[in-house]
Amino acid sequence: MIEIHQLTKKYKADTVLDIDKLHIAAGESVGLVGNNGAGKTTLFSLLLDLVKPTSGYVVNSEIVVDKAESWKAHTSAFIDESFLIGYLTPEEYFYFVGELRGCNRADIDVFLEQYETFFNGEILGRKKYLRDLSKGNQKKVGIVAAFIGSPKVVILDEPFANLDPSTQIRLKELVKRMAENPEMTVLISSHDLLHVTDVCKRIVLLDKGKVIKDLQTTPETLKELEYFFSGASVLRDFGDGESD
Amino acid sequence: MIKSLINLQWKSFFRSASLGKELALRIVMGLFAAYFMLSFLALGVVLYPMIEELYPGQDPLTIVNGMVLQVVMADLLMLFFLRSIPTLSIKPLLVLPLKKGKLIHFLLLKSIFSVFNLFLLLIALPFSIYTVVKGVYGLYDMAIWAVAITALVFVVNYADFFLKQRFSSGLAAILPYVAVVLGLVALEYTGVLEVRKVFGQFLGRLPATPVLLLVLFLLPVVLYWLNYRLMRTTFYLDRSISSRETDKNVSDMGWVRRFGDVAPFLQLDLKLIWRNKRAKATLWMSLFFLTYGLIFYANPVYENMSGWYVFVGIFISGIFMINFGQFIPAWDSAYYGMLMAQPVSLEKYLSSKYSLLSFSTLLLFLLGLPYAYFGWDIVLLNAACVLYNTGVNIPILLFAGAYNKKCIDMDKSSFLNYQGTGIAQFILMIPLIIIPLLLWILCKAIWSIDVALYVIAILGLVGLVLRKVVIKYLAGLYKERKYIALDGFREKEN
Repeated sequence: MIEIHQLTKKYKADTVLDIDKLHIAAGESVGLVGNNGAGKTTLFSLLLDLVKPTSGYVVNSEIVVDKAESWKAHTSAFIDESFLIGYLTPEEYFYFVGELRGCNRADIDVFLEQYETFFNGEILGRKKYLRDLSKGNQKKVGIVAAFIGSPKVVILDEPFANLDPSTQIRLKELVKRMAENPEMTVLISSHDLLHVTDVCKRIVLLDKGKVIKDLQTTPETLKELEYFFSGASVLRDFGDGESD
Repeated sequence: MIKSLINLQWKSFFRSASLGKELALRIVMGLFAAYFMLSFLALGVVLYPMIEELYPGQDPLTIVNGMVLQVVMADLLMLFFLRSIPTLSIKPLLVLPLKKGKLIHFLLLKSIFSVFNLFLLLIALPFSIYTVVKGVYGLYDMAIWAVAITALVFVVNYADFFLKQRFSSGLAAILPYVAVVLGLVALEYTGVLEVRKVFGQFLGRLPATPVLLLVLFLLPVVLYWLNYRLMRTTFYLDRSISSRETDKNVSDMGWVRRFGDVAPFLQLDLKLIWRNKRAKATLWMSLFFLTYGLIFYANPVYENMSGWYVFVGIFISGIFMINFGQFIPAWDSAYYGMLMAQPVSLEKYLSSKYSLLSFSTLLLFLLGLPYAYFGWDIVLLNAACVLYNTGVNIPILLFAGAYNKKCIDMDKSSFLNYQGTGIAQFILMIPLIIIPLLLWILCKAIWSIDVALYVIAILGLVGLVLRKVVIKYLAGLYKERKYIALDGFREKEN
């Protein structure tokens, strides 16, 4: 589904990402872990063609992402608040994204029904603009919007950060369900090793822009990752956001 | 403590990401300030002889005193619209062991040091010195007078501060004050009470009873105290949070959906304009400038200078286009990345902007139709200007937009808020207005007014016909500049 070829990104002399080869098959669920500055968000931005690669390229279902745009129809993402439109209400935002992705209002209304528990009554019908919602609720909207229009590739950057415990658990269930769908490829980055190993069948560990480990998740994976992060001289980071 | 606060402000200016831009703006504004200061100074110097000539046989000071109230009101109005009261980003300071009172006093005292406060004094002081030197009035009388004017400067300063504070919680909060002023104006005009004269007499009586000066100085003290009290109660973060929690009267703008495949973006833009302070301000400005034509059409001086009519025609119908268009795509800067990741073509995005801007020119033209009162040729010229704006100026604006990379903070209102404004934007206004103006003058000189009119209109029509091609080219340009724009938009202003 997604192939990465000799992809590098440099800011002046700093190499923030350098991946020789990474292949993600259709239907896989991949968790991306790494400390701040490991290059997770940069990688996602490159996948979405929001940043220009210094060299190399990304192929999304046989389309080179910075050459054509047709991959956008089956790819969706939630990276951060910049994916939200602050002056819209959640409903309007869903309808807007729906319109861009070829779903009419009725489709969206049906689509939203299945997320009622996830929203926990805090999102719909409140007549509030997105900019006035709490960070956690904004995130819920962004994540759900990323599932509009049955995309084949979903990219979520730090979906668990800023969410309250109940929502984290519900989101985990949600993503697990999505990941079981053989049609859908899910990419998630997270600082929470427990969540990410629980949800994803494959874990890619990035450090300083390079792929250090690429594992199929087994019961031992969590231990292995914890060992890596405590053994590596860097402190484990539970920060709720990242700014790399 | 005051020193470290000043130090803090200094750093926030010089370490800002857009230092170069701000420095350039400060210099431009400094030049403006210098110009106005010189003008007022000159006015102050010639005021006495001027009054003597205009009102022969009357006491100049009485005349001047009669005008003081009017001038003070005008000063207050100018301050209210043009001056930004000093602000401090208080969030990081609130938890530090600083006395809140001190922070407030700092802000209140700082507001005194504003160029705007000098203007009135620059008229008053030369006037008093002139009259004393010429021996018209006594030193004692004029000293008292100058002190009284100084007191009024303080009054205006803190009245403006107070009104702005009230205004920040909504237009309704200052309506009572506006009503009082309007009431005074009504009294004056109906002749029930000649407020200006009464105030002038009060000023005239000051040298005889200097105790009254105390009254005049009591006013700014009271205003200072009112400001202090108001700030004290609002000096918490939760105020801004709680005020945002109110339910919004959400209108859906569903009628826009009729416009086919550009509808989603059009709908989004309309919501953007309606729901954000800064974008909304451009809307009010457009309506305000609609009256601009009166200055030119009603004044016979311009009758033989039809070039001005072209200027007005382009300006009136294009004011929204210029104000809104020059910040495309920066209006969408907060979520530009999201738009770029969606399966929509930039062509569609740009076409919707094109439609919005052309609707605006057409609408403003229609609103300006009453100008037909001054002659149908004006309407014809304005129609040609609408065509030119749509066919030529919109593509120019969109072209320039490809080079926009400054994000816009939507919540800030636009009076003297230069955020997202660069020198580039000022330069941009020149070709938009000057080119058609020069064309007009040239064609008129060589051929005739009619030919000039046709040339402007035909250029617009050609642009309109080539619209699709132009948008396609622009979409390519936007795509090329995408990464640079995204990179720039990510850099939030502080």
